[in-house]
Parts: sequence; C-alpha cells; structure tokens
Amino acid sequence: MAITLSGDQAIPGPPLSSRLTPAQVWGIILLAPYLLVFLAFVVYPVCYGLWLARAPSNYVALYNDPIFARAAINTLIFLVIGINIKMLIALFLSGFFAQQRPWIRWLSVIFILPWAVPSIPTILSVRFMLNPEWGVINHLIFSFTGDDGPNWLNDPTVALSMAIGVHIWKSLPFWTLILITGRLAIPHDLFEAAEVDGASWWQKFRYITWPSMQTLYVTCTLLSMIWTLGDFNSVYLLTGGGPADLTHVLATLGIRYLRLDQLSLAMASIVCAMPFVLPLVYFMMKRLSR
Amino acid sequence: MKLPSLRDVATEARLLLIGIPVFLWTMIPIYHMFLFAISPKEDAFSGKLWPDHPTLHNFEIVFKQQHYFLRDFYVQFWNSTLIAASVGALTLVIATAAAFSISRLKVPGGRAVLNLALFTYFIPAAFLAVPMYRTMGNYGLLNNHWSLILAMVTIASPYAIWVLKQASDKLPVELDEAAVMDGATTLQIFRLVYVPLMMPSLVAIGTYAVLLAWNEYLYAFLLLSNDREITLPVALGNFLAADDSPWELLMTTGFIYALPPAAVYYAFRRYMVGGLTAGAVKS
Repeated sequence: MAITLSGDQAIPGPPLSSRLTPAQVWGIILLAPYLLVFLAFVVYPVCYGLWLARAPSNYVALYNDPIFARAAINTLIFLVIGINIKMLIALFLSGFFAQQRPWIRWLSVIFILPWAVPSIPTILSVRFMLNPEWGVINHLIFSFTGDDGPNWLNDPTVALSMAIGVHIWKSLPFWTLILITGRLAIPHDLFEAAEVDGASWWQKFRYITWPSMQTLYVTCTLLSMIWTLGDFNSVYLLTGGGPADLTHVLATLGIRYLRLDQLSLAMASIVCAMPFVLPLVYFMMKRLSR
Repeated sequence: MKLPSLRDVATEARLLLIGIPVFLWTMIPIYHMFLFAISPKEDAFSGKLWPDHPTLHNFEIVFKQQHYFLRDFYVQFWNSTLIAASVGALTLVIATAAAFSISRLKVPGGRAVLNLALFTYFIPAAFLAVPMYRTMGNYGLLNNHWSLILAMVTIASPYAIWVLKQASDKLPVELDEAAVMDGATTLQIFRLVYVPLMMPSLVAIGTYAVLLAWNEYLYAFLLLSNDREITLPVALGNFLAADDSPWELLMTTGFIYALPPAAVYYAFRRYMVGGLTAGAVKS
C-alpha cells in the first residue's frame, strides 16, 4: 500500500492507522474515488485488452491484412504532414491574433468556434459540401468552369487529404490559442529594442520570437501527435474509412475490428502503435511533471 | 483627425489578407450547416449560397418529431443533457477531492496518483475505447447511461485533477494553517476555505467536462445502441445509415445540437481560456 511509503518500514511501530494524522486519513479517503475509477476503467481494461491480444497469431494476421499496413501509413501521413502543417499555421496565426485590433479580437472570438462546437454536425456538413453531385463545392466548380468537379471522397489520396483538412479545421483554434499565450509571455521591450535597431519582421521572429517559443512549440507538436492518434471523428465521419477501407487510420481501424467482433485484432492493432506512443508519453510526462 | 499613413494602410491591408481567409475557413462548414437548416429540401441540394425561400420549416419538423429519424428527438436530447450534467458533476467531485488531497493534504503517494492521472490523459481516446467497450460489457453496463458517464468521467478526470492541482498549489498554505489554528477540521477547510477559493477553476473544469461529454461521439456510439438510450450525436450518426438521408433535417438537428455548447463556451469563455490553456501545456 502506498501509505507505507511515508513511514519508516525498518522499525516496527504501532499499527498504520495510528501513525497517520487525521488529515492524511482524509487525504486517502478523498483520493479513493479517483483511484477506483482509474483501477476499474483504465487498469483493468488495459490489462484485459493486452491479455486478449497476447497470441502472436494476432500480429501475424495483422501483418497479413493489407488494410492494417495502409492504416499505419495513413496514420504516419496524418502525423508527419498533417500535424506539421497545422502547427506551422497555428504559429503563424498566433502572430496574427496577437496584433491588437478590435476587429482581430472579434475574429478570434469567432475563430474558436470549430473547437467549441461538436464534431459530428460540422464534419458531416463538410462531407456534404464535398458530395460530387449535390455538394456546394462541385456546384461552384461547375458554374465557373462548366466542368464536373472531382469526386472528392472517392480517391483515397484526396479523401485522406480532406480528412487531414477536417482535423486541422477542428483543432487549429486550440493550438493557436496556446501559442498566443506563449507569444504574449515574451517581454515586449525585446521587440521595441529590435525595432529601434531596425530589425526586419523576419529578424524579430528569428532572434526573439522563435527562441522564446521553441520549447512550447515542440511540446505542443508532441502533445498534438498523441491526441491525433486518438482522433477517430475526422476520418470516420468524413470517409468512414473508405473508399475500399483505404483511408483508415489506427484509431478507426481498431474500432473497425471491434465492430467486426475481432476484439483481439483490435487490441493488437493498438499494441502495434505502442512503441511509437510510449516514448512520446514518457517525454510529455517528464516535461509536464518537472 | 490624423489621416492614417500609407504604411498603416499597407499593414492593415496585409492583416485583412490573412483575416478574410481565416474567417471564411472557420465559418464555411458552420454556415453550410445553418444554410441547410433554413433551406427547403430543393434549395438545399441546389448548391445555392442563400436559399430563395428561407424557412424555419425544418426546425418545426425536428421540434414536432415529424420524421422517422426524429421519433425520439426529445428523449435523446434529454439523454445528452443528463449524461453531460452527470459527467460534469461527478468529474468535479472526484477531481476536486483528489486535487485537495494531493495538493493541500500532501497525502502520501499523491505524486504517484498525479502521474497515473497524467498517463491516462495521454492515452489516445480511440485507443482506450477498444478495451473500455469490452470492459463495460464485462461489468454489464453496455446500453446503460452509466457506461457512458463513467467512461467520460475516466477521460475527463485526469486533466481536471491536473489543472485543479496546479491551481491549488498557488493558494497560500497560510490559509489552511490559519483555519487549523481556529480549530477547523479537514472537511471544514475543504468546504469553507478551499472550494470557495477554487471557484474560477472549478467553473472552468465543470464546463470542460460538460462540453466533453456533450460533444462525445465515439464512446457514445460504442457504448449505447438502443434508440431511446442513445445521445443526440449517435442519433445524428444513425441518419447516415439510410440511403436517402434527410440531410436538411440532419443539419437542422446538428445545428440545434451545436448551439448549447457554443452558448456555454461563450458564457464561460473568460474562465475557460485562462483555466484550461494554463493547464494544457506548461511553458
């Protein structure tokens, strides 16, 4: 039990209960509800899931499933390309929103909407916009060029790019907000001094903004990677994993196996992501618990 | 009045050059949803940017449950509300107690619990969903609102504890000491000193948990399936199952469903932005 950590275990003493102060007893009681939730809904499921996925045959089956390989590649594309684009835009926009203008303040209030509203209606709205026959985008293409627009969600590459776009639409506001906080923390006199020295905006960014925001930026990117791995909605609601199961990512693939009643495969596909996730988690925990 | 210099005009123009695309990018999917909601069926499918005959007819159909897909609209709306409120309340209770215990009472092992919570915070949500689904089956909770409530509390608590612990650490320790001198018991300190001082953070965390639960799709879709037990987002997802989905009604329902979180967010924005972003990433 964790309680023994505080006592000196080598020396036999009075029973535990009398060694704890009343405040500590209350501390344990108040902590208990979370510990129960943690044991029942994190520890038990994870252990049970790992036990279900233990047979090596699961991994052979995954290896032989072309959908799994495709999903792994798609996940990597999502992480490497999608997140870097998103974070660079967020970095750029944080500079834009840090400008003091009434209209920019208003825009920032609107800008947060994609993050605040639920994904399902908005992503379905995008899905309809991309509909080849009735969608507004192809209507506009037709009225300007007289040609039919592409079938956006029928080509896996295009469909995956659209899913990345949806993911960016949804999560860009949050990261921009965080980066604005970081930017506003930079002492203003640094910029004033640079101004006096006649520095260009690029020099100001290169020598003042970036060095002060670098750590925050890297942390945000890593955190965003972990969360993006868990982003089920962007892909599922836009493409449903299609066409022909070619746009799955690991998050939707696990659920797909689950729906097909192949729980051990679902768990195994998640276990496969662990060598990638755990170092990220370890790094994040080290950074946050400093 | 001073005329703006050429340089100011150029700066403003450059900012607008960024601002206008940002505005369009943000609003188009939301506007498109709204457009569907106020369009008669024919207009919605014609790709017009504004309907010839805007109407509130779709809202009427939804509110009167006049469509096969909307039979249980009020029940599902109520389910969403009840689940979100329960998740908010339970998360607040569990996380406030834990944060008080770790930060103020310095309970032995508190640090370890905080790290465990942080670890949960970093498990990608869709990954935990797979074993959680099976576990809820083992507990016999599938199709029961408790499964979704407990799942969302599990997901919301780690972040809540983390943010509340950060905020508690900032409260001066002398407050507790003074209360002890006056003969206050631990529970009295919790109730009369700690909770009132933590109010702004508690509002932020409560809002966060409510919005998280209200907006959740994946867990709701896995854990609940009965038409009268499901929440609104699952019902919206089920619209898609049909070949001739009534898109204008889907978008109308979606619009109605998106209004409460937007309103809650704007009502508590002051608390949310400070409270939540501070905890998300420590710079």
